[in-house]
Amino acid sequence: MLEGFLIGLETALSIKNLLMVIGGCIIGTFIGMLPGLGPMSIIAIMIPVAISIGDPSAAIILLAGVYYGAVFGGSTSSILINAPGVASTVATSFDGYPMTRQGKAGKALTIAAIASFAGGTIGAILLVLFAPALASVALLFHSSEYFALMVVGLSAIAAFAGTGQITKAVLMTIAGLVLATIGEGAQFNMPRFTMGIMDLQSGIGFITLAMAMFAIPETLFLILDPNRSGKSNEKQSEITNLRITKDEAKKITPVITRQSLQGFLIGVMPGAGATIASFLGYAVERNLATPEEREQFGKGSVKGLAAPESANNAACTGSFVPLLTLGIPGSGTTAILLGALIALNVSPGPRLMQDQPEIFWSVILSMYFGNLVLLILNLPLIPYIAKVLTVPRTFLIPFILFFTLMGAYIGQNNATELLFLVGLGVTATILRFAAFPLAPLLIGFILGPMLEDNFSRATQLYDGIGFVWERPMTAVLLIMAISLIVLPAWRSRRAAVSLTK
Amino acid sequence: MALDRYIALIIAVIFLIYGYTAFFEMDGLLPPILKRNPIWPSTFPKILSVIGVFAALSVVINLEKAGKQVGDDLDIAKWREYKVMQALMLVGGMVLYALTLRSLGFLASTFLFLAGGSILLGERRFIRLVLITAIASYGIWYLVDTVLGIYMTPYPSWFIV
Repeated sequence: MLEGFLIGLETALSIKNLLMVIGGCIIGTFIGMLPGLGPMSIIAIMIPVAISIGDPSAAIILLAGVYYGAVFGGSTSSILINAPGVASTVATSFDGYPMTRQGKAGKALTIAAIASFAGGTIGAILLVLFAPALASVALLFHSSEYFALMVVGLSAIAAFAGTGQITKAVLMTIAGLVLATIGEGAQFNMPRFTMGIMDLQSGIGFITLAMAMFAIPETLFLILDPNRSGKSNEKQSEITNLRITKDEAKKITPVITRQSLQGFLIGVMPGAGATIASFLGYAVERNLATPEEREQFGKGSVKGLAAPESANNAACTGSFVPLLTLGIPGSGTTAILLGALIALNVSPGPRLMQDQPEIFWSVILSMYFGNLVLLILNLPLIPYIAKVLTVPRTFLIPFILFFTLMGAYIGQNNATELLFLVGLGVTATILRFAAFPLAPLLIGFILGPMLEDNFSRATQLYDGIGFVWERPMTAVLLIMAISLIVLPAWRSRRAAVSLTK
Repeated sequence: MALDRYIALIIAVIFLIYGYTAFFEMDGLLPPILKRNPIWPSTFPKILSVIGVFAALSVVINLEKAGKQVGDDLDIAKWREYKVMQALMLVGGMVLYALTLRSLGFLASTFLFLAGGSILLGERRFIRLVLITAIASYGIWYLVDTVLGIYMTPYPSWFIV
């Protein structure tokens, strides 16, 4: 393990990879501030750029940097103009924006940066400790357990969709799995469900689907409702004093420590992710606070700002645990990163740590450097980067749509792909109007081929589906997957029925 | 019936067609040797179609007894208050861009898409508009083509340099 760690350190510290982290963080922060482009869309846009680099370590380090940068950028726009670019930074705006209104924008940004840095760092340390252990356990798994584990992952993602949303999330997951069966898979070497369309022979590109599911609906929503981009017309308060006092530092230290640990654990669970971690972190700290401090929550409390920021960054790092050790993404963003890794011929899973330690460890270590870059480089640059918020929407929206189109075009080098993108994007917008969660669809799409592959291998080994009852671990996991869906759905139905009575 | 249940009904129909293809159309094309295999190309789609139809119908009959849900604070019932025409025209612009990217070349089609989109959204400072979109179109082409090494036809197909 130590040898792998040192190889990773050497890779992560090379000039090229350090530049990738710095570049990724700055690009991510810059774009992450824009309304309509969350981390998922930004990463999807950057994938063709990352793939063109050729070196998998450098590419994934760039994308990871973009990820943290985007989350940080989202926090910045939450604090400065009360316009969270992503759901995970909504809780940041509860106390961040009131601080800005009180003329403490600089202080709020510093607290956010320190909390994010600490959350990310503690998360990275926990990742170093937990990931190898989990990977060595996962090495004992057979294809049937992998299949069952993926079903558990997909069920957990659907189960976390929320009250009244579970059946919809299950439906979207199946839709993603169905879309993944289109085209000529490597396994059977015959085209399936292509409807005679030549361009569907190679299936739907995952970048196209990611853009269609996230970037296009969000941009169309911005066009439909111009007030959606928040109060961007409000005059931005001047970012002057970035310092925090000793007393404030003392107040936020225990909050950051607690929320980093809690956020990391939530992040590890598939489906939970940064959004739940940030809201839960906020709620827990509010309950733990003294009555006087509790009064301040929502009015510019430093604790209320530090809690969601450290929790969401630790959760982002935590979500890398199932991705790197099991090859199972726990969130939409890690699903896109998984797609990028596959495109780079890297297969994440328990063998990654043994077969390509330089990739495994350099990614983990670059997370730490990424957080450091955000703290020492991005924070002083924020007053300048924040100028992007003043770009008028008449320019911003066509450019966002253009970058979305370019991402899909460069990814596949095919103009027909753009038509698929528009068609899928419009469909996704309609689905969002009807409150269908879209992340399960993308995760289903990315896990689809692996799920089918493991299912097929297990079926061939056992000459049928006997593996379900012949391998106890598989059976336990599958029962767990079913309970994850049925129990919350049943509970939500009972709650709704008792409410109507 | 709410929009989400109508959509679920459409998805159920799509899954039924998908299932019909998997159950009755695909296996005929399979070479005899592969028929001895326990897993066929249609096996996984068959399972998916059954679970999919069941999940779609669960939403249609509102098995979970979910109340009215509004997606991301935009409510379809208020569609008259939204700028639907602008959105539709920009979607049309994206389709046109896809269709003209090869024939008009990257520079012209990108310039037209960006400028047209901005005008559609209300931009009226034309000199600034032309300058920004022209510089952006060329700049992005240069970046993608020269720096990233991904070839994109810059000029119209009939234009020979």
